[in-house]
Amino acid sequence: MTFGILQFPGSCDDRDALLACRRVAEARLVWHADVELGDVDVVVVPGGFSYGDYLRAGAIARFAPAMEAVARHAEAGGLVLGICNGFQVLCEAGLLPGALLPNDPLRFVCRQVEVVVENAETAFTRGTRLGQRLSIPVKHQSGRYFAPPEQLSELEARGGTVLRYAPGHNPNGSAHEIAGIVSERGNVMGLMPHPEHAVDPLTGSEGGLAIFNSLAASVTRRERSPLSA
Amino acid sequence: MSITDQTPHRELGLTDAEYERICELLERRPNRVELAMFSLLWSEHCAYKHSRKLLRRLPTEGPQVLLGPGENAGAVDVGEGHAVAFKVESHNHPSAVEPFQGAATGIGGILRDVFALGARPIAVLDSLRFGELSSQRSRYLLDQVVAGIGHYGNSIGVPTVGGEIYFEAPYEHNCLVNAMCVGLARADRMVRSAAAGPGNALVLLGASTGRDGIGGASVLASAELTEGEKRRPSVQIGDPFEEKKLMECCLELLDRGLLVALQDLGAAGLTSSAAEMAAGGGTGVEIAVDRVPLREADMEAFEIMISESQERMLAVIDPATADEVMAVCDRWQTGAAAIGQVTDTGAIRITRQGETVAELPVSALVDGCPLYDLEPEQPDEWMYGNRVGLERGIDPDRVLSALLASPSVASKRWAFEQYDSIVQSRTVRRPESADAAVLRLDETGRAIAVAIDGNGRRVACDPYRGTIEAVLECAQNLACVGARPLGLTNCLNFGNPERPHVAWQLERAIQGLADACEELQVPVVGGNVSLYNETEAGPIYPTPVVGMVGDLPDPGRAAGIALREGDEIALVGPFAPSVAGSELAKLRGDLGPGLPGASIGAVGAAIELVRDAVRTGTIAAAHDVSDGGLACALAEGAICGGVGVEIDLDRLVELRGASGEACLFGEGPGGLLVAGPAEALDTLGATGRDGGVDVIAIGRAGGDRIEISAAESGVSLSLEDAQRAWRSLRPG
Repeated sequence: MTFGILQFPGSCDDRDALLACRRVAEARLVWHADVELGDVDVVVVPGGFSYGDYLRAGAIARFAPAMEAVARHAEAGGLVLGICNGFQVLCEAGLLPGALLPNDPLRFVCRQVEVVVENAETAFTRGTRLGQRLSIPVKHQSGRYFAPPEQLSELEARGGTVLRYAPGHNPNGSAHEIAGIVSERGNVMGLMPHPEHAVDPLTGSEGGLAIFNSLAASVTRRERSPLSA
Repeated sequence: MSITDQTPHRELGLTDAEYERICELLERRPNRVELAMFSLLWSEHCAYKHSRKLLRRLPTEGPQVLLGPGENAGAVDVGEGHAVAFKVESHNHPSAVEPFQGAATGIGGILRDVFALGARPIAVLDSLRFGELSSQRSRYLLDQVVAGIGHYGNSIGVPTVGGEIYFEAPYEHNCLVNAMCVGLARADRMVRSAAAGPGNALVLLGASTGRDGIGGASVLASAELTEGEKRRPSVQIGDPFEEKKLMECCLELLDRGLLVALQDLGAAGLTSSAAEMAAGGGTGVEIAVDRVPLREADMEAFEIMISESQERMLAVIDPATADEVMAVCDRWQTGAAAIGQVTDTGAIRITRQGETVAELPVSALVDGCPLYDLEPEQPDEWMYGNRVGLERGIDPDRVLSALLASPSVASKRWAFEQYDSIVQSRTVRRPESADAAVLRLDETGRAIAVAIDGNGRRVACDPYRGTIEAVLECAQNLACVGARPLGLTNCLNFGNPERPHVAWQLERAIQGLADACEELQVPVVGGNVSLYNETEAGPIYPTPVVGMVGDLPDPGRAAGIALREGDEIALVGPFAPSVAGSELAKLRGDLGPGLPGASIGAVGAAIELVRDAVRTGTIAAAHDVSDGGLACALAEGAICGGVGVEIDLDRLVELRGASGEACLFGEGPGGLLVAGPAEALDTLGATGRDGGVDVIAIGRAGGDRIEISAAESGVSLSLEDAQRAWRSLRPG
């Protein structure tokens, strides 16, 4: 299976995501101007400051040609993981509900945090246990998850909150301590913590590796029984 | 008509004698464009006219040195065909005028210096100085400088992995912002800045050229900061997105072998870059200013030549590859304009619509500036005043609390959490977890450690010994993670060198730097000098800042500072604590001239002992003794490890003949704390005895209090209280 990592002008964690994905499967970069994804099974929209993010994080990247291909991929049930700026881009593109607002307090924050797995049944978390705590760093300026109350209730009711910051670990004032969510169909996930920076104890922790392993396992499973989503 | 009848040169900062010299070199008067070009290249910032003679004292050679001073950055061999390029540079004056943009563009500038060599920037460190935090202005400057560094570094995807911040009254009106960048390159692929091959094309890459920063860095940094606020229009505005594209574009051009030479545009803009490239190659250059993409169409030729607009690079390419170069630039959405060519005339010729508007011999611009001898004079007394912040006779527990809470000693977490310290997946030791940042290099299978140090207060007490201490501390920090120094870069931040006492400080500091580097065998591969750091309120503390890069074989064995329950603790080295020049002396208002000396060789032996021990993997923690003395160093290790300490310093008191108080809070070079299992420390002690290095067992980690006894004195503080004090730094 192959991961495809989008590369926008201003992407910063594209190579990090590439390295992390290559620990579990094949992976290559996908240029923002490409209109086709080719043989990619899982799209990763990486962290960074796409197009400088001077307007609103992710607001310009959603119009990139490659994002149209990502939307088609998601429409067809393909897996998409948005990390940090990628999460912001997926929200801007309407592939995930809600929005990421500037942190409370209004500062960039880079910190190791713990998140709790709230749904271990998704394609992104099937290698984890419900309630498992993962140590993963965050680093962002606009990571405060927001959605209107009805949307939040709907999200929670359908198990859409996949990762929640552990008590005392919410670094940005996110609603309901939300760190990561999944789409209604379960094939698109966005999260603010950086799992690609948590794949090796030497550089801090390996709490993020479970997400990449889960994705690899999910694709392999789909290949074996192509009719099950 | 004598030249004093017309004095446009004075407004541009040139002296009458310098103007006369220009006329002699040209055998005519310069026109307006030419005079503007001279004024910038002959500024202190570009010509180093007050420091160049002294800098010749620094040792610059070593088998590992690939590029020494004179290139955009220095570079050392890290094995397996790879090189690490690094440099530190100041952006003090712009940051004092507009702190957010000043600091941001300081990062942008030092990054360009490194990728100009074809090295991908892999780390940034910064060394900052502000006035006391009790001042509202200092809090504002701290807040904005940190935000500016984060804005640029985070957006461009280069981790900020370390640094230091000190707060001292003499920086109140003249803060210091020094930034260091470290880059990684294939050694055989590094690009020089020398413009070679007459007929080759000059291509201006990156942003368009505007009126921002006309005479910004070079003019601001070459005179004292009076009426700084009014100079705000001289400060440049940074655009990290533009630089990110420019960086990726340059690195791809390099990968494809399309660059003959590359140079960044910094202070003095196109004038400086073009002249330095031509000087380096022994060639000439021709530039048509009407081909430079402009932000404002009506810019004059001299404005185009001296604009300090950010995010621009000047490349020399073979014209046959122009299409390929343009295709790469298009892909990265980076501006590229062929603005001229390399010639064999030895002159820099500027044209507009075919007309020559300036034509100067490159040698006159680059090497013609007179170099000045300083007139040093040692001052008779302490010139920086004293303020009492802590009464004498207060019990030692409260002294320790006060020291831990002192902003210069306290944890800088508030600042470094605003920086992305992990992007690029190399960071093995993050800020505050170890004495030096450690970055893995999968390209070589090894790792590097980087640190930046400098204590202006101690240099003010004794410029020679204080500067030696800065080098020793940096080497000690590297030793604590098991690294051997490969090279050093420095930024010399001083006041007005035309004042005799500043001249004396500068001369003694450079001698100290030279002697320490010579004896430790650490070559100086680059650096920067920032003079005129003073205002009506007086000069800053003389502040040499040194950055070091070291090599270590196994990043997994790099020791952190966190102590573990049950570990034995020893003090290694000739550390002879003294309250002179210390943080405690400052709080008590007891500062004055003079520091006790130390043997560089003896400290060097301790450094080697600790480095080798850390490399065996048997040492659990290592931390050098610095600001606030042993008590603070022990408290930091305890807080980070979440465990108390039980320490007895009587042996140190006895060995050094120092008071208990001096052993608790005194400072000085050559003190390294190491912790680990008893057997490991016994082995270390035995090796130390053989090598004549003191290894003094002082206690162990355990409990939940900082308990230290030292002859007549001692402290007992709960870990919680210590932590509260140490974590108290907030600018707001």
